[in-house]
Amino acid sequence: MEYFVIIISAIFVSNIVLSQFLGICPFLGVSNKVSTAIGMSAAVVFVIALATIVTWLVYKYILIPFDITFLQTISFILVIAALVQMVEIILKKISPPLYQALGIYLPLITTNCAVLGVALLVHTKEYNLLQSVVFGTSIAVGFGFAIVLFAGIREHMELMGTPKGMKGVPIALVTAGILSLAFMGFSGLVK
Amino acid sequence: MNQLKNFTKGFIKENPILVLLLGTCPTLAVTTSAINGIGMGLATTFVLVGSNVVVSAVKSSVPDKVRIPAFVVIIASFVTIVQLLMQAYTPSLYDALGIFIPLIVVNCIVLGRAEAFASKQSVLSSLIDGLGMGLGFTMALFLLGSVREALGNGSLLGYKFIEGDGILVFILSPGAFIALGYFIALMNRIKKTT
Repeated sequence: MEYFVIIISAIFVSNIVLSQFLGICPFLGVSNKVSTAIGMSAAVVFVIALATIVTWLVYKYILIPFDITFLQTISFILVIAALVQMVEIILKKISPPLYQALGIYLPLITTNCAVLGVALLVHTKEYNLLQSVVFGTSIAVGFGFAIVLFAGIREHMELMGTPKGMKGVPIALVTAGILSLAFMGFSGLVK
Repeated sequence: MNQLKNFTKGFIKENPILVLLLGTCPTLAVTTSAINGIGMGLATTFVLVGSNVVVSAVKSSVPDKVRIPAFVVIIASFVTIVQLLMQAYTPSLYDALGIFIPLIVVNCIVLGRAEAFASKQSVLSSLIDGLGMGLGFTMALFLLGSVREALGNGSLLGYKFIEGDGILVFILSPGAFIALGYFIALMNRIKKTT
């Protein structure tokens, strides 16, 4: 039940993109087509799940025992950057098709604030390892959900007669706002 | 003259948020009020100036292959400094900005300037560039924060100028997207006429 609450609230109620504003860059950047949006979200789910485990362990077994928690930001970003690089190399070696599908998105993820954001959020919420992984994965699924929905809307919008000044980014942002309004309907679902 | 141009380009011509569309996450998240916008803007400016100067100073001794990780470490150090300073001296602002202070590390503006400008230019130009870009960022955050605060809460910098509630949605997350969308549309218009 407890995990169910974490999952629902991470995907719908406090959706990472639409209500927490993390990972807006890829949300606006790679949401032109549904297919690229799906590729990006798959890569994000993968990296966030891994990064949450590793940063949780680093925090618990390195930063706390040595009393250097103020180095949290530096150590997390280094861990994430190294992890992304490693995932890239390993994927290339063992699963070329998967690498082909996710490859171009992986380097972009290092600067995706959602990854670092989740790693930091987990500690403010004081989750244990399993809760953190469930939380991280659901956040990533929520990210994927939002970006795929948004890409679908944007594909349709290509065909609409948008006023000249609003073409491109402005209309995309207003659309995101309306999507975010729709997601607010989920608030109150989980206490 | 050249340095002046270098300084002012961050405000309109290459404004990081409204034109380059970098650093949208903190922009949307912290601009619920004008004062939060200024706080976030100044924190980012500090990091930008610091990292630009250091990156520019060490640029010749950092091997090309590891430059991105090296830059990230430099940036992260400055972010940690800001984080500790704010925690000590402006605790209420620190709480209001929350997770977005450590997230300055992954703000694309900072790494973008380090990579695109500071790693090629002299220390002085990098300092001016960082200051200009940072203040341009602050300006955009302040404007967006003022508009959202005025529409959503009927107040400006904490002073209420209408009775009762405003259009609440502008304080909430959807308002952030919508307001920024119209800001960018307006900016496109301004750029076209100048």
